Amino acid sequence: MSAQTWSPKPARPAPANTVGFVGWARENLFATKLDTALTLLCVTLIVYTLEVVFGWAIIDASFSGEDRKACLKQVQGACWPFIDAKLGQFIYGRYPEMERWRVDWVFAIGALGLVPLLMPKVGWKRANVIFMLGFYPLFCFFMLTGGVFGLTPVDTTDWGGLLVTLVVAITGIVGSLPLGILLALGRRSELPIVRALCVAFIEIFRGVPLITVLFMASVMLPLFLPDGVNFDKLVRCLIGVALFSSAYMAEVVRGGLQAIPKGQYEAAAALGLGYWKTTRLIILPQALKLVIPGIVNTFIGLFKDTTLVLIVGLFDLLGIVQLHFTDSSWATPETHITGYAFAAFVFWVFCFAMSRYSIFMENHLSTDRDKES
Amino acid sequence: MQMFRQIFLCFGLLVMATLTVSSTAHATGQTLELVQKRGHLKCGVSQGLPGFSTPDDRGSWTGIDVDFCKAMAAAIFNDASKVKFTPLSAKERFTAIQSGEVDIIARNTTWSMHRDTALGVDFPVINYYDGQGFMVRRDLGIKSALELDGATLCTNQGTTTELNAADYFRSNAMQYEIVAFEKADESVAAYNSGRCDAYTTDHSALYAQKLKLTDPKAHIVLPEVISKEPLGPLVRQGDSAWNDLVRWTHYASLTAEELGVTSKNLKKMSRSSNPAIRRLFGLDGSFGANLGLSKQWAVQIIGSVGNYGEIFERNLGVKTPLGIKRGANALWTQGGLQYAPPIR
Amino acid sequence: MRSWLNRDALLQAIVLLAVVAGMVWLVGNVQSNLERQNINSGFGFLSERAGFGINQTLIDYTEDDSFGRVVVVGLLNTLLVSVLGIFFATLLGFSLGVARLSRNWLISKIAMVYIEIFRNVPLLLQIMFWYFGVLRNLPSPRQALSIGEAMFVSNRGVVVPWLEAGAGAVWYGVAFAGVLAGGFWLRRRALKMKLNTGQASRVWRPLALLTLALFAVAALLAGVPFTLDVPYLKGFNFRGGLTVIPEFVALLLALSLYTAAFIAEIVRAGINAVDKGQREASAALGLPESLALRLVVIPQALRVIIPPLTSQYLNLTKNSSLAVAIAYPDIVSVLAGTTLSQVGQAVEIIFVTMMIYLSLSLLTSWAMNRYNQRMALVGNAS
Repeated sequence: MSAQTWSPKPARPAPANTVGFVGWARENLFATKLDTALTLLCVTLIVYTLEVVFGWAIIDASFSGEDRKACLKQVQGACWPFIDAKLGQFIYGRYPEMERWRVDWVFAIGALGLVPLLMPKVGWKRANVIFMLGFYPLFCFFMLTGGVFGLTPVDTTDWGGLLVTLVVAITGIVGSLPLGILLALGRRSELPIVRALCVAFIEIFRGVPLITVLFMASVMLPLFLPDGVNFDKLVRCLIGVALFSSAYMAEVVRGGLQAIPKGQYEAAAALGLGYWKTTRLIILPQALKLVIPGIVNTFIGLFKDTTLVLIVGLFDLLGIVQLHFTDSSWATPETHITGYAFAAFVFWVFCFAMSRYSIFMENHLSTDRDKES
Repeated sequence: MQMFRQIFLCFGLLVMATLTVSSTAHATGQTLELVQKRGHLKCGVSQGLPGFSTPDDRGSWTGIDVDFCKAMAAAIFNDASKVKFTPLSAKERFTAIQSGEVDIIARNTTWSMHRDTALGVDFPVINYYDGQGFMVRRDLGIKSALELDGATLCTNQGTTTELNAADYFRSNAMQYEIVAFEKADESVAAYNSGRCDAYTTDHSALYAQKLKLTDPKAHIVLPEVISKEPLGPLVRQGDSAWNDLVRWTHYASLTAEELGVTSKNLKKMSRSSNPAIRRLFGLDGSFGANLGLSKQWAVQIIGSVGNYGEIFERNLGVKTPLGIKRGANALWTQGGLQYAPPIR
Repeated sequence: MRSWLNRDALLQAIVLLAVVAGMVWLVGNVQSNLERQNINSGFGFLSERAGFGINQTLIDYTEDDSFGRVVVVGLLNTLLVSVLGIFFATLLGFSLGVARLSRNWLISKIAMVYIEIFRNVPLLLQIMFWYFGVLRNLPSPRQALSIGEAMFVSNRGVVVPWLEAGAGAVWYGVAFAGVLAGGFWLRRRALKMKLNTGQASRVWRPLALLTLALFAVAALLAGVPFTLDVPYLKGFNFRGGLTVIPEFVALLLALSLYTAAFIAEIVRAGINAVDKGQREASAALGLPESLALRLVVIPQALRVIIPPLTSQYLNLTKNSSLAVAIAYPDIVSVLAGTTLSQVGQAVEIIFVTMMIYLSLSLLTSWAMNRYNQRMALVGNAS
């Protein structure tokens, strides 16, 4: 036997790092050749986008100035002084400057009432709901329109900006919820005529664009009323928006109603509860809780749709931003993009916050159910 | 069950019938009474056209059309501030007046036969004689509208200008492309950005919109007037007393200019022995009462907004940014078309 | 029991009566309002001369045509932007949805950022941003960006060369229809054969032959009736070629980008809804990931995806009505805009507009229900 010295095989390379940043990156960014290529492509894309956005919004932007002269540099980015100069208009519209504190109060009290309502851990929900649906709307109405308690009347044609956006969106949602619940109940009713009417209403309003409903409200509604009876254009649009979103709300609520197990109805019947008592005490509380995320999503849609009122001549946030583009003392090539970016950012903050809230509620509710089971 | 339904049906029909009857019964309310009872005049204006009706940041309106409504309010209430302005789009305006949302529309609206006869409105008077024209960029080097063959035009949707432009280009065998926007602001913005070669609308509005452009000096208004655009207030059809009131509000301010009565010399003129001035001031005759107003109605108008000449110069005249000459809107005595029937 | 029945019937009768009474009351109001003020009514205006120009027409249209034809022109414009919007939104949406689930962290996050930005900003704002913000900065026709001196991009839109069809072009249309029909027939035959015998039959080669043959016949019958129409600058603007107006571009861009964000979320939910075991099983069979996605996961996910996808398609169609804000001549713009203010008959015109959208949406719902039924049957059978 020839002497063979035993030599160990060369050690295998250490396994790829799977912990720490390097390991993470290897797994999630550079798993295959294709992945590596895609990652590099994405990095270039991100760098380019950031460069453009930052260059426009910060580096080349103007931040102070009194009129358009501030925004006429050779390489001009965003024209922020335009936003600064018009901010009051964007929030309040033409609401008289002396009276703007009233709007602030409405905003503040609304926020105070809304925040505890949205946090599932805080109690006093019933009292809070009664406050927000009972007292608060009246408060807003008197506060904003005035004419009582020594407040100067402010015409709705002077309202504008974020104020109108919020008024339309919130009235729309508050108005459409009860109507939507009724329609959903009607659609699941055993009475054929009621059901048919509800289905017709829902399908008609879901089948046409909001803009035609708004046209109808702003141009046609007065013709449907007896001569001499008429009301404010803002109110007409509010009615149109509420009717429109109630059809969508009805479908959301219907989803909740369908998710209630049959046993609940049977148990209620066994207790001798009638239809309304069953609905009010057993079915609706459970169904509505289930569809909170759906309701929030409908609200997001409605909030974005409020911009359409500018087409019928109300000045919501987008409408008032657009109106101020015509101010020749601010006419620069960048004014439009700056204004749109500002409006987009405001809408985005609201909508994104709400969509996060909806996801939060979804998780919260699903854990609730898990606990029960 | 069948019977139940029938009974209900009959009952329902009855209710409906009464409702319909009652709604038509109070339909013929007199506008003046309605306005007086309400305490203010509801006036439909444009969504912002400098010189005619435009709001400032605080929501106060100015312009020749705004002054017309203020004059009406002054005549009715002796208070030019008792008027509520409703901005209306070109599309909304006729329905707004038909439905009674506003009592009067003063919104640089052209009096045309179709509108007068088919839309249920009346045009009592013409307060501005206008005509359609074109605005183009100076650097195009164009001197006449007849050089516009192949041009793209920006204009406002649903106006007579859209139709006139079509007629003009056809009759001159020229090609064109039209981009019609819902709002005047949008068409101006599109023209400003170069979407169109020319912006077309009434001459007066061209001068007004020019102010909204980035560089007003880089644009010129072409000399051609391609249409007749008699602009005036409009009211609902079928109330001739209200019709009269609108008509004579304008004629009172015209007559005042003819007689040299201005908002500044009212006191002095009230002592005049000129019978025409005495009639205008309500010192002789019962012209105010016949309109359903006070004796002083014309004085109230002139005292608050001035005579037609003052209104014109304040809002449109050569000293304003618009810089429009009186032209066709001069008094007939000075070769214009503004002619008031006699107050007597 | 009996009394309950009566109570229900009574309740319904009351509701019905209230609704009917309300309707009659409204209609009565309208009639009396219109009559009293001497406003025209009826649909006679549809045959009157329209008299205004429209800057994008898919069928021949001049100012001499009637308002009825205006309705058709507007409807076709709405359909054009909707169909193309649906196409691009689906393409982008599916890619984003798949990207959102990619194992590559960066790609997934980029998709997420896109989705969160585009679906949380109002569509109208996006349309205006593209139109008034971005496209307005394009150069004028005289400084147009040109691609090979044949295609031009300017603030008047994109102008591309176009085939001008002559008299015999209809034969080519017939040939094309024949190819389509042949393709369908071949595919059905192949499917049948596969089910009966398990053998694949040829589809592509016979189809190619058929195409060649049919177009050859068409060429024999009609020659070449097409001329290439290359745009050129004359005076203010480009003449000839096909112009894609900026209003259309802005609207299409905004609609596609916005709807794609929603479709991406639907696709993601659909793919997530497919049982994880399915993926694992296909991996066990040795299918590469892309094939597994295409053959196993997406077909199953489609069942979950299709219903919400259809409602997104409907939303896109309805949202195309926002065209009115940027002067794209869709049905709302030309009918409820220009026609309404020329004719002044609000009731009839808004009614027609709503009816058109309603029938579009009912038609789609009907088709979707049919599709759902078919899917459900397949599910039961397996």
